[in-house]
Amino acid sequence: MLLDNLVALLPELNKAFFETVYMVGISILVAIIVGLPTGVLLFVTDKGLFLENQLFKNIAGFIVNMIRSVPFIILLIALLPLANLIAGTTIGPTAASVSLSVAAIPFFARIVEQSLREIDKGVIEAAVATGATPWMIIKDVLIPEAKPGIVQGITITIISLVAYSAMAGIVGGGGVGDLAIRFGYYRYDDTVMITTVIILICLVQLIQFGGDKIAKVVDKR
Amino acid sequence: MIEVRKLVKVYETKKGSVTGVEHVSLTVEKGEIYGIVGYSGAGKSSLIRCLNLLEKPTSGEIIIDGVELTSLNKSELRKARLKIGMIFQHFHLVSAKTVSENIAFALKAAGTPKARINERVNELLEMVGLSDKKDVYPAQLSGGQKQRVGIARALANNPSVLLCDEATSALDPSTTRSILALLKKINRELGITIVLITHEMEVVKTICDRMAVMQDGKIIEEGNVYEIFANPQEPLTRDFVQSILQFELPERLLEERDGKLIKIYFEGEIAEQSVISDVFQNFKVRGNILHGKIEYIQDTPLGIFVMKVTGDPDEIDRAIAYIASRTKNLEVIQYAA
Repeated sequence: MLLDNLVALLPELNKAFFETVYMVGISILVAIIVGLPTGVLLFVTDKGLFLENQLFKNIAGFIVNMIRSVPFIILLIALLPLANLIAGTTIGPTAASVSLSVAAIPFFARIVEQSLREIDKGVIEAAVATGATPWMIIKDVLIPEAKPGIVQGITITIISLVAYSAMAGIVGGGGVGDLAIRFGYYRYDDTVMITTVIILICLVQLIQFGGDKIAKVVDKR
Repeated sequence: MIEVRKLVKVYETKKGSVTGVEHVSLTVEKGEIYGIVGYSGAGKSSLIRCLNLLEKPTSGEIIIDGVELTSLNKSELRKARLKIGMIFQHFHLVSAKTVSENIAFALKAAGTPKARINERVNELLEMVGLSDKKDVYPAQLSGGQKQRVGIARALANNPSVLLCDEATSALDPSTTRSILALLKKINRELGITIVLITHEMEVVKTICDRMAVMQDGKIIEEGNVYEIFANPQEPLTRDFVQSILQFELPERLLEERDGKLIKIYFEGEIAEQSVISDVFQNFKVRGNILHGKIEYIQDTPLGIFVMKVTGDPDEIDRAIAYIASRTKNLEVIQYAA
């Protein structure tokens, strides 16, 4: 009975799993591509740093905080026009990825900024003293020094995205979390709910484990 | 050559403004090792950090190799910094990069062609004695080795000036000696002007040609290292000099009541002459050396002896007058009753 239930669910589960991977994959990529430079800029424009620019810092900081303060479920709906513009559709995993990406960018940017803040200021100063350009300092000092923190940040962002993606069901995004809500929660099907939750637990554990391993490898301190 | 003119650095804090450097003017000649000593908070760190504009001076001018740094724009300043090396108390190496990558960073900053970088890194590593540590990460190095990497990085682009910000303060005495020896070698062989700040008089004594003493943001005394050691003027300078030349006599000796206790300073050539034996040949006194020390500063001896002279009181006075006439400085510590 239990096994039959699960076997019947397998195709759904399989599809949901890949939807989750798809949505999280796109969003984390966008978060890294846009969030990493944003985080770096938030850091280097801070007071006393080599690209100090209070105006930029304040404006960028404000936008980041603003996006982060909107509850994700509201952001998801509010960004449907944007999803339509970018993905050409307002439903499905691709549309959901747009909102997920927008939510992930400021989240990741702040983590990057925080990791950069942990670098010994003296190391940055020594790089400035050599006469290196800002770009060189970012590329050859800041990013390498913050790498362990950034890798941990990617791990945390992926895990948050997995959790957020459960809400993607609202716009028909699918995914494992959505399966848990639709089949398990709304239909009171404990077997499905527990199975999907277990899958999510395993997924998150795996991501954290992998992230920790990579962070350790890149950490030369 | 480095010229600092009327340098002022004021820090704005929430509690009001704090003056770090107050109207400091100084000149460092080409090829010289110039030391600035002072206790922490004296402003010496602000001063050295103003020399390559890591701190922007509030007012005043910094002229290095004929270029007035405060008037430069950002890219001109970067170019000027290529020729001003700097090393730090805590080394400040990039921990995620190997020794050779750390050095290569400075070369890349100067736009050195890729093919030349590896060659130059090898040269530098050989100069600082770390050829075998090329691919090692800083975390695996000792403090002295890290500072050697710092020195190699600072010298990568053949700078004319090397700034040392408490470069040996985090090192143990024997490592300090080896780093100082390396700095001296660099100064002599490459003709690089070195400016260093320290709170250790030992460092100044070992390698500096000229020195300045800083207190409350001002330079209170400046001059040739030997002259300052032999003849300190300000109380703080005397404190610093005493940290090297100090010695204390046991109370017991000061309480003895026969003869006179004199402290004699021998400077330069006099220290190598036989002043003391001449005294005993010419005067009927007996002498007993209770304490003594000869320091060699810039290869010139500076001796201090404490001697008890006994015998006929008049003869003692004559002997003391004779010693005083032949040495620069004589101090009668205590008169016998």
